[in-house]
Amino acid sequence: MYVAVKGGETAIDNAHRLLAVERRGDPAIAELSVAQIREQLTLAVDRVMTEGSLYDPDLAALAIKQARGDLLEAIFLLRAYRTTLPRLAESQPVDTGRMRARRRISATYKDLPGGQVLGPTFDYTHRLLDFALAAEGAAPTEAATSDGPAEAMPRVTDLLAGEDLIEREAATEEFETPGDLTRDPLDFPLDRDLRLQALARGDEGFLMALAYSTQRGYGRTHPFAGEIRMGEVEVEIVVEDLPFPVVVGEITVTECEMINQFKGSKTQPPQFTRGYGLTFGFCERKAMSMALVDRSLRARDLGEEVTAPAQDEEFVIAHADNVEASGFVQHLKLPHYVDFQSELEMVRKMRQEIAMAAQPPEGANAADD
Amino acid sequence: MPPMTDARMKTGKDAAAENGTTVNATYNFAFLDEQTKRMIRRALLKAVAIPGYQVPFASREMPMPYGWGTGGIQVTASVIGPEDVLKVIDQGSDDTTNAISIRKFFERTTGVETTEKTAAATLIQTRHRIPEAPLSEGQILIYQVPIPEPLRFLEPRETETRQMHALEEYGLMHVKLYEDIARHGHIATTYAYPVKVAGRYVMDPSPTPKFDNPKMDAMPALQLFGAGREKRIYAIPPYTEVKSLDFDDHPFELPTWDSVCAACGAADTYLDEVILDDQGGRMFVCSDTDHCAARQAAGHRGPGPATEPRR
Amino acid sequence: MTTADISTLTPGLNDPVFDGQAIFRALLMAMAAPGRVRSVPATVEGPVPLTPAAAGVALAMFDLATPVWLAPPIDNPAVRGFLAFHCRCPIASDPAAAAFAIVDAAGAEDLAQFAPGTPEYPDRSTTVLVQVDGLMEAPGVRLSGPGIERHHDLRVAGVGKRFWAAQAANAACFPLGVDVVLVHGYNLAALPRTTKVET
Repeated sequence: MYVAVKGGETAIDNAHRLLAVERRGDPAIAELSVAQIREQLTLAVDRVMTEGSLYDPDLAALAIKQARGDLLEAIFLLRAYRTTLPRLAESQPVDTGRMRARRRISATYKDLPGGQVLGPTFDYTHRLLDFALAAEGAAPTEAATSDGPAEAMPRVTDLLAGEDLIEREAATEEFETPGDLTRDPLDFPLDRDLRLQALARGDEGFLMALAYSTQRGYGRTHPFAGEIRMGEVEVEIVVEDLPFPVVVGEITVTECEMINQFKGSKTQPPQFTRGYGLTFGFCERKAMSMALVDRSLRARDLGEEVTAPAQDEEFVIAHADNVEASGFVQHLKLPHYVDFQSELEMVRKMRQEIAMAAQPPEGANAADD
Repeated sequence: MPPMTDARMKTGKDAAAENGTTVNATYNFAFLDEQTKRMIRRALLKAVAIPGYQVPFASREMPMPYGWGTGGIQVTASVIGPEDVLKVIDQGSDDTTNAISIRKFFERTTGVETTEKTAAATLIQTRHRIPEAPLSEGQILIYQVPIPEPLRFLEPRETETRQMHALEEYGLMHVKLYEDIARHGHIATTYAYPVKVAGRYVMDPSPTPKFDNPKMDAMPALQLFGAGREKRIYAIPPYTEVKSLDFDDHPFELPTWDSVCAACGAADTYLDEVILDDQGGRMFVCSDTDHCAARQAAGHRGPGPATEPRR
Repeated sequence: MTTADISTLTPGLNDPVFDGQAIFRALLMAMAAPGRVRSVPATVEGPVPLTPAAAGVALAMFDLATPVWLAPPIDNPAVRGFLAFHCRCPIASDPAAAAFAIVDAAGAEDLAQFAPGTPEYPDRSTTVLVQVDGLMEAPGVRLSGPGIERHHDLRVAGVGKRFWAAQAANAACFPLGVDVVLVHGYNLAALPRTTKVET
């Protein structure tokens, strides 16, 4: 008598145990602590916080540990945790103009008020494996930092705006209450606030590929990196009955403002246009990719012809989220045998019909060939 | 996989205790917070009021991946109460890994009683099948849906398909089905076969085989559909007309079977093909494991694995 | 926002999780079987003139995301205080902007004042709670449509021809239209836009 395969429950429990063992690796090697990940794998932590849409370095580090270093899995863990959190307040817009910048560069000016601050960048390192790092223990030498009072760093785009050379940003009042795609399902076409939120949560690799495609001619936008800055900003909330906003904490962010060419029209003098990127922590490549894609997606608003994938809002936004994409791609691992069975039957039936049609009718003469 | 000797189902609390876990106290009943449940519940009410229409909802990230039932899980979590008895199936079976995983999730987060018996369940969450035994009034069947838009593979743009539904413009779908007929002599869609609900909205029945489509029509149970990644909820109230799309000269046809279930002998159920060896030997058994087990318990026997290979 | 007078405030749900689920489930099954009468838990109460069923639906379904419109006979400081304290829902000044409305039978004679949704989004429509004088599964009007096998009989006290005419006009807009929930005492019954009524 046939008995259908049982025991899935035991199999799952066993798989979970195997996973825990694999995660730990060789027990003779010291276990990684969450604090070590938080302090020494900071860029992984920053990416997980950005795409996980939750600023908490400790939880992001925990997620990375639990996910065995799979950052998409860690992002998913953080998202699934975030979704259960109550919403206590909405912050005021952060003012990146008042950032305590640890890095600030502009590609459009040789020098500018506040100066070019290189900061902790890989940019000018030679990509040679540093075998000294394989030997543990030595602390790096202290780096020189300027210790004078920080000079004000006006935004590059504000300098251009002073001459009316760049489009004005929509008045802040317009986005008094920006949309939130985690609370309301997206309704295409989107306003820019929701688009930016989706891009900020979007997969770095996907956005970078799209950004790259615009540089290769698929929806060219003539970009210049007007300014990239990374550092700490204060987060403020307004509490009822208090006359001033209250600082609830400080977060690290990376901001990128792209300056793009725009021809202008018969009625409008030429002006540069903008693309904007912002991430938690230090995710510079993501911020730049986001800014390029943001500008591309403004094609419709700016009256440009939509011809390239990076300009196609539904295409870009609907496929940017790696938690959605990873889940759906991998769901193909789930059993599909019921549907496959019906396809199997259909293919057999169709083959049979063709075979019947090809058969010579009864009594036909083989010599006819 | 080692066989599970004890197929007896237990309440969530028993099961959790046996697994060395307790009903999870860190999360709210059924995982979702109350504000999220209210949002989903409001969407469900509108879904029932507009049969077959896809209501957008602010789907949440769940602790399972998208594409693995997050929509169905959110619907179940919003509907379930302590008195409910839950059954979870995937491909018709209670014992496929994803069905077990989802059942365990609700055992841990709600402690409700679970069952494999279709008739004993108040809520049935399903992926890809409708149980063979007719459902009754008061039961709720909750479908996991991957792509809720029946027009999606004809028109990828949401802005376009939304207009098509608004204008009841379903010509494209008929053209697609008719192209099948022109090419193959019959409609070649075998699952996720589109239906029209209450004479108005064309709806995707989820990837259930078209064999199950007639069960949706005038079903006494309430049918709810959740698509988590695509953020849509839709519904079919009880006793509502659900018509599979077809043509006068090419009416909707059910697949016919040359075999019966090798285990229980049923000739009227959806059969899974089981490969027995690499010589082309195979047999067919009910995909609905509870239905098959109940028939076997009632003394029905099939021909066993010696079934002639199907031509 | 109205501040609640704590001395007169009626309590919320005994158990917000389980009572909320029970009330929603009653509402869901009512919507799925138009004309069938369901009830809310006997512990629910609301400020005059809210019936327990209306108060229960409010406590289970209303929140910050749902503007609520109150018909003049329902609108008073106690009701506003109750909704503000327990649901924190905004009070809509325009019925067409409301996700939910609470009205008396006379208020339900004009359903066109509420949001019927749009052809693209027919779900963006008002759900109207109507406080009536009686609700019984007994011969009165005869209902048919989705959710109903052949027909359901429903007897509604305290409503007249104009009420049923408004229901018929609403149903004629399908797939647009409002969805009506009749409430009396602890009982409720639904008349979604799909329901046809023979008077």
